[in-house]
Amino acid sequence: MHPSPPAAQPQSPRDLFLSFTWLALQGFGGVLAIVQREMVEKKKWLTPEQFLEDWAVAQVMPGPNVINLGLMIGDRYFGLRGALAAVAGMLAIPLVVILALAVLYAHYAGNPQVAAALRGMGAVSGGLIAATGIKLVPQLRKHPLGFAACLAFMALVFVAIVVLKMPLGWVLLVVGGVACVWTWKRIPA
Amino acid sequence: MSIAMQWHDWLALFGQYMLLSLLSISGAITTVPDMHRYLVAQNGWLTDAQFSSSVAIAQAAPGPNVLFVALMGWNVGLNAGGGIGAGFPAWALGFFGLTVTMVGIMLPSTTLTYFATRWGHRNRTRREVRAFKQGMAPVVVGLLIATGWVLAAGNHAGDAPAWHLWLLSGATALIVWRTRIHLLWLLGAGALLGAVGFV
Repeated sequence: MHPSPPAAQPQSPRDLFLSFTWLALQGFGGVLAIVQREMVEKKKWLTPEQFLEDWAVAQVMPGPNVINLGLMIGDRYFGLRGALAAVAGMLAIPLVVILALAVLYAHYAGNPQVAAALRGMGAVSGGLIAATGIKLVPQLRKHPLGFAACLAFMALVFVAIVVLKMPLGWVLLVVGGVACVWTWKRIPA
Repeated sequence: MSIAMQWHDWLALFGQYMLLSLLSISGAITTVPDMHRYLVAQNGWLTDAQFSSSVAIAQAAPGPNVLFVALMGWNVGLNAGGGIGAGFPAWALGFFGLTVTMVGIMLPSTTLTYFATRWGHRNRTRREVRAFKQGMAPVVVGLLIATGWVLAAGNHAGDAPAWHLWLLSGATALIVWRTRIHLLWLLGAGALLGAVGFV
């Protein structure tokens, strides 16, 4: 497959740094949706096909997804310098902002209303992340292991983490290992 | 809260985050349950409230979610320095803690991703590459749902009945799943419901 090249590209590592800083500062509660809008629709540094392919890889690799995605985009145009510029852009200024918020919060943490407000936001963020997972469930209908087996693997992971409180490493190694080997047997060579 | 951190404790913290970095398939957020187990339950370096607020502040703030890791390190450092009221030593340790956890969570995964994506791109049609990508999918989805559950469950410390919080988490999940509303509205609604004493 030879997809058409994107319509534009970053001009320099500095361009990457600034673009990713701007992108990160727009992303409240996560950056992925903003990456798609900025990189694909506005700047056109990526075609939609490239975005999907890169995103799949960024998600499967360990590490923060959007950081991995930035790393891959930066690397494509300017090698290691580009990768570093993109990652630094995504982290530097947002880190300052979040520290300021944390200090502000610590100042008012004694205030029961502030503590309660944050508790409410905590409950919401739990729901946000669960929903991110739930939204991906339909994708598993096309899975080579079949939908039922996928649901069983999901349930196994959930019970291991939530009920049995097993360390993540073992869960990934054992359940993930079985899932990968079984998938390997099911897909064509 | 005040704790004593020896140099080997910092080293252990760094090692744990390096390990979690390599395990953070589908994002750093999926390692939250394990971070809770390590920081709160096992070592007592953070209180439950500090842990949840680190995640909640990072969710509310702009930027990648992984910055919650910076706040955890920051809070461990503050605790080691005698709390934020202790002034400069606590701040310095806070920055040190932040550096330990952020470098720990970033360095292994970004290095691996950098080299692996180059290799994977050249070999993307190979059977084992495809088996890994597809085989991990149901595990990753299960992990995300488990993470949401652990986060929602970690909040129960207020006066309001616990089912109010579960209701809020559940309603949020439903709304995010079914609509395209901006997440900021939901976080704002959560803050408001908290402030007026519903949760």
